[in-house]
Amino acid sequence: MAEVSVQNVTKKFGTLKALDDVSMDFPDGGFFGLLGPSGSGKTTLLRAIAGFIFVDGGTIRIGEQSVEHVPVEKRDIGMMFQNYALFPNMTVADNIGFGLRVRKVGAAEERRRIGEALELVQLAEHGQRKPHQLSGGQRQRVALARAIVTNPRVLLLDEPLSALDKALRVDMQIELKRIQREIGITTIFVTHDQEEALTLSDKIGILKDGRMTQAGPPRDVYNAPNDIFSATFLGDANILSGSGATDDLRRNEEADIRMPQGFDGKSTLVVRPENMSISLTKPDQEGLSKLKATVVQRVFAGAMATCILQSGGNTIKVIARDQEFPDLSEGAQVWVSWPQDKTIAIPAN
Amino acid sequence: MSTVLAKQDRLKIFGLLSPAYLWLTVAIFLPLSAMLYFSFLSDVPFGQKEWFHTTENYKAFFTTPTYSILLWKSLRLALMVTVISVFIGFPCAYVLAKTIKGRAREALFLLVILPFWSNSLVRIFSWAIVLRGNGILEVGLNAVLPFEVDVNLMFSTPAIVIGLVHSYLPYVILTSYLALQAIDDNLIDAARSMGAGKLTILWRIILPLSLPGLLAGAVLIFVPVVGSFMEPRILGGRVGTYFGTVIEDQFVAVYNWPLGAALSFVLLAVVLLILAISSPILRKART
Repeated sequence: MAEVSVQNVTKKFGTLKALDDVSMDFPDGGFFGLLGPSGSGKTTLLRAIAGFIFVDGGTIRIGEQSVEHVPVEKRDIGMMFQNYALFPNMTVADNIGFGLRVRKVGAAEERRRIGEALELVQLAEHGQRKPHQLSGGQRQRVALARAIVTNPRVLLLDEPLSALDKALRVDMQIELKRIQREIGITTIFVTHDQEEALTLSDKIGILKDGRMTQAGPPRDVYNAPNDIFSATFLGDANILSGSGATDDLRRNEEADIRMPQGFDGKSTLVVRPENMSISLTKPDQEGLSKLKATVVQRVFAGAMATCILQSGGNTIKVIARDQEFPDLSEGAQVWVSWPQDKTIAIPAN
Repeated sequence: MSTVLAKQDRLKIFGLLSPAYLWLTVAIFLPLSAMLYFSFLSDVPFGQKEWFHTTENYKAFFTTPTYSILLWKSLRLALMVTVISVFIGFPCAYVLAKTIKGRAREALFLLVILPFWSNSLVRIFSWAIVLRGNGILEVGLNAVLPFEVDVNLMFSTPAIVIGLVHSYLPYVILTSYLALQAIDDNLIDAARSMGAGKLTILWRIILPLSLPGLLAGAVLIFVPVVGSFMEPRILGGRVGTYFGTVIEDQFVAVYNWPLGAALSFVLLAVVLLILAISSPILRKART
């Protein structure tokens, strides 16, 4: 187990900057998510930490060791691949034992540790099967067991759950977290699924166009995004903006917006849809921001419902439990309101 | 998949397959049957001469030691050509499948397939020009090297092997290439992440997974080379007497078709026997 530190890392592919001055710390024993759209450089960063890619500049440390020039096979890492990459010609036990065999731990020790790893991922009975005889979830567990059986310093996961269907994915998220906590290994994973990142991570890093736009605990990033991209990529966000839109909002007589502290007049305002509520009459409570809007559409989605409204040039989305919405018909005039401290001001850059 | 096909489906399949079966019957089954029949005759049944049924031709193979010695010589030659082709072709296929991408790959592929496009006689005679004393190889080497060398490979076993390897190498490259390309690059990355070096990866991942392709290529080379006669005759000269050339002689020089046919079927039987013996190993490699 070890901490990982990435400082000012740069990597170019031809003229494309895949990683541009990226820094992030991964303290020992934590669970970290790298999140971003495709092409954002998140997989490149993971592969650079793994050692498949050598970076052009910056430093990568695993524990006390600088590893920029250490190839992957010497880095002592465990990695799980998107399609699991199980060796089809070997049994489950041989797959898991591959890294141990390379390390020449001895036959008895090898058997013992394969047994332990199978136990840990709850596949004790499946050691002699071939990968093609397993279900998707089972393959995923084998891949995980194979990645951790050598007690690597870091565990790297590339889109670990993306090949599973939704129900199984939720189960595996819990399972993955349990195993990670049990062995206490520093774990870094890449995902484009924001929900997965929020659920699993102690800390997330958001990447866009090769740059790390924000890093921090998921709750902090969600509640205080420091740019529009983070705000919209992580969860839903209503952006009350556009050029001079905040001025429009102020001038709008049918709006009463309480500006958050530190508002400099040029910021973009962001409000999370679940923090807004809808009422038919103007709420008279103090400290609420209020905005008159027209109902465009109401979408029922089981437990939660979404209401889409139009106000001035802004499209506003409100999410709440279905019964919390008043009786709304399309085209109705309503008031949208939210507490002052739920308005996020993002400084213009 | 359902094993019981509806009657209509069966009719459709039969209809689609019948041209192929017809072709196989006319082009392969009938001539081969005729040859099998000839091999049990004392002489070809057209012409004025008397002929009768006999097993003399097969007896000749077992009573004349020359034939079995030559068959053994042919098998050894085929084994050597196969092994050399595999050792050259597999690395070649690996580089094509895993290292080179894009247009360069297409260009190299063309070079691999090129021998198929040229007439085999032309190919063999060009080797003769290269390999003979004072040939292109010797002149070229002497132009480069500071000392005189004397290279005359013509009419020797190495010349035969070179010619045959050149002719049959594409088979093993193509079959290995297909097998290697099907190997997911992530498997190699996964093995590396577990600390495996290049040799371990080759031995435990790449070879086992590409073995079916490699073996298919080896069989495709071994079988025709056992019966080859053109390369041994032209490039081997006096040393180029093999089982294949003896069979050819029966047909084109001695006009003893029945004996030639019998020797051909002995060869076929031996090859099938070898494949049958090795098939459990092949099947084991496949799983």
